[in-house]
Amino acid sequence: MAISFGKLPRALGTAGDKGQSMETGLPQRLMHEGLFCSAERFPHKIAVVAEGKEATYGEMAEMVENLSAFLQKQGVSRGDRCVIFMDNTLACAVSIYAVLATGAVFVVVNPQTKQDKLAYILNDCQARVLITDAHLHRVFVPALESAGSVSCVICSGDVASLDQPDLVLFSDTVCAEGGTQENNTVIQKDLSALIYTSGSTGDPKGVMHTHLSMTFVLGSLIEYLRLSEHDRILLMLPLAFDYGLYQLFMSVQLGATLVMERSFTYPAVIFERIRERDVTVFPAVPTIYAMLVSMHHRDPLCFPSVTRVTNTAAALPAGQVPILKEIFPNALIYKMYGLTECKRVSYLEPELIDVKPGSVGKAIPGTEVYVLDKQGIPVKPGETGMLHVRGTHLMLGYWGAAEISEKILVDAKLPGEKLLRTGDWFTIDEDGDLYFKGRSDDIIKTRGEKVSPLEVENVVIGIGGVREVAVIGTQDETLGQAIKCFVVLEQDCNLSMRDIRKACVEKLENYMVPKYIEIVFSLPKTNTGKICKRDLS
Amino acid sequence: MCLPCSCQSGGRILRHRIRLSGMKMSSEENIREFILENYLFTDDQSELNNDDSFLDQGILDSTGILEIIFFIEDEFGVKIKDDEMIPDNLDSVNKIIAFIDRKQQE
Repeated sequence: MAISFGKLPRALGTAGDKGQSMETGLPQRLMHEGLFCSAERFPHKIAVVAEGKEATYGEMAEMVENLSAFLQKQGVSRGDRCVIFMDNTLACAVSIYAVLATGAVFVVVNPQTKQDKLAYILNDCQARVLITDAHLHRVFVPALESAGSVSCVICSGDVASLDQPDLVLFSDTVCAEGGTQENNTVIQKDLSALIYTSGSTGDPKGVMHTHLSMTFVLGSLIEYLRLSEHDRILLMLPLAFDYGLYQLFMSVQLGATLVMERSFTYPAVIFERIRERDVTVFPAVPTIYAMLVSMHHRDPLCFPSVTRVTNTAAALPAGQVPILKEIFPNALIYKMYGLTECKRVSYLEPELIDVKPGSVGKAIPGTEVYVLDKQGIPVKPGETGMLHVRGTHLMLGYWGAAEISEKILVDAKLPGEKLLRTGDWFTIDEDGDLYFKGRSDDIIKTRGEKVSPLEVENVVIGIGGVREVAVIGTQDETLGQAIKCFVVLEQDCNLSMRDIRKACVEKLENYMVPKYIEIVFSLPKTNTGKICKRDLS
Repeated sequence: MCLPCSCQSGGRILRHRIRLSGMKMSSEENIREFILENYLFTDDQSELNNDDSFLDQGILDSTGILEIIFFIEDEFGVKIKDDEMIPDNLDSVNKIIAFIDRKQQE
C-alpha cells in the first residue's frame, strides 16, 4: 500500500539512503524529506523505540505532519525559532522534524538547563514557540516570565497537574487532523537549526546550520560509518548535543531503527536494551566508556550484536581500546573529532585503530582540512599548527554575533568562501591523518561537553560573598578535563565549598559544575592586575 | 559521637560515619543525608522528598550512579549486580530503602 505524505513537495518517489530518488533521480535537498522518504519506503517499520513504546515511520510521519500543520496555524513561518526543551523522547524527535517541515528553525536545549540560561536562550534567539515537557515546569514556567517573544507553548507529559491554562497539549497537536496547509517553502540555504554551545564569551552562542550544511554532513557521516537501513542505532546522548542529534538524523535518513534512552544513568537499562533490540551502533563519549570499563572489571560485559562503536568529544585513553574490543568483539571502533561549528571534522578508519593509536584520522568524505602556521602556510608533517576546515558542513555563523563569527570563519582562497579556524592545535602526518595537540583558548572540554570558564565564573561571582573567581581546566583521566574553581571570599564571609557548589548546581548544567573548588586568600595577578590563570593549577 | 572521615571522590565528599552504640542512624536518614550532601549540597531536609525521581529531578547524572552503588555496598554490606542497577531499585530514596531491605534478606 502506498502511503503518501502531503509534505513531500516534489515527486521524489522512493529515495535511496544517500538521499537520491531511485525512480526519478531527484536529489533530496531538505532535512525533513528524509523522514517522508523513509515513511514511503517503510511505513510499517519501527522508526523509534522510546520508553518501551514503538513508533513506525508511518506513525511518526503522521505525527510530524499534524504538529507541523498546527504550528503553521499558529502563524509559525519560515525561519522562526522554535525551542525544544525536552528529554530524549519520541515527542522530542517528532518536534524536531515538525519544526523542520514547517520551514522553521529548531533549537534543542539540554533538559538539565536551568531557568536563567533557558530564559537567555529564548530571548537571544527571540523564540516564537517553546515545546517542552511537564516535568520541567520548575524551570520553564519562571523562564517564560522573561521571554516575551514566545507566543505558543506546547507541552507533553502530565500537563493537567500543572494548572497552567495556556499550555497546548502535545498529544492534541499530533492527533488533530492537519487539514490542508500552505507549504512554507524553504530552500537548502535556509536555516534549519540553532545549536547553542559554550563560547569564549560568558554567554552561549547559537551555531547556525542550514538544510545545506546538515544534509551534506549527514551524507558524509553515513558514508564513512558504513551504515545501512538494517542498523539499530542506540541514542543515549542528549539530542541537544549534535552528536546525539545526528544519531536520530542518520537513523531516519536510512530508514533504520533508533533505540532511544534518556541517558546512561542506569547502565543496566542500556545493556538490556542493547540485547533485546540487537543494537548495532553504539555512540558514546569517554566518560561512558570509562564507566563501561569499570563495570566490565566487576562483571564481564559482552555485546556481540554491536558492529559500530564511535567516540568523539575527547580522546579515548589508549589502554581502553583492547578492553572495548572485549566488550564489543564484533565492532569497528571509530575515533573521531569535530566541533559544533561544522558538526564533524575527521574520523580514523577503524582498520587503523592499532596502527595510529593517537590519531583522530582524516577529513570526513567531501571535506578538507589544513594545518597552518601563523603565516597561513601548511605545516610540514610532524609540525604543530592551527587546524582549519573546509567544506559544505561549515556553520553560517553564530546567531546575532557577527563579530565573534568573523574570528572563527576566516577568508578562504575563493572569493566569498570561508574556512573554519577551529582554535585547536594539531599535527598531520604524511597520509593526512590528524593528531590533536591542545586548545589555543581556555575552553574546557569535560565529559564530552564544551564549557566556557567565563560562564562558570559569572555564576560564581554572582554568589553573595565572592570577591574574585578563576576557573581553569585540569587533566582528568575519566572526564578529559575537570573544572577547577578558585575563589577569594569577601572579608568575614563564611561561604563553604558546599555553598558554592550548590549555587552552581542551581544555575548550571551538571557537567559545568566544578569538580574541584578551592577557597584561597588571593589569586596570582599580572602587572596590569588581571588574573594570571597560567599560574594556577 | 560520630567521627566523620572524608575522602574525595569525583569532587564530592563521601562520609563514612563510624557509629558508636546508641547512636544508630536509620537507613532512611543515612541515604537521605548522602544524597543531600553529595548531590544537592545542602542539609535542608525539605529539598529532597523520598519519592523524588533522581532522573526526573536531574539530581543524578551518569557518573553519580556508580558513587551511589559504592555507597550502598559500603554502608549496608550488600553486593549489587550489574543487572540490578535499574531505576526500579535506585531512582528515589524510597526505592533504595526497599532495594536494600530485599538485598539484606537474601
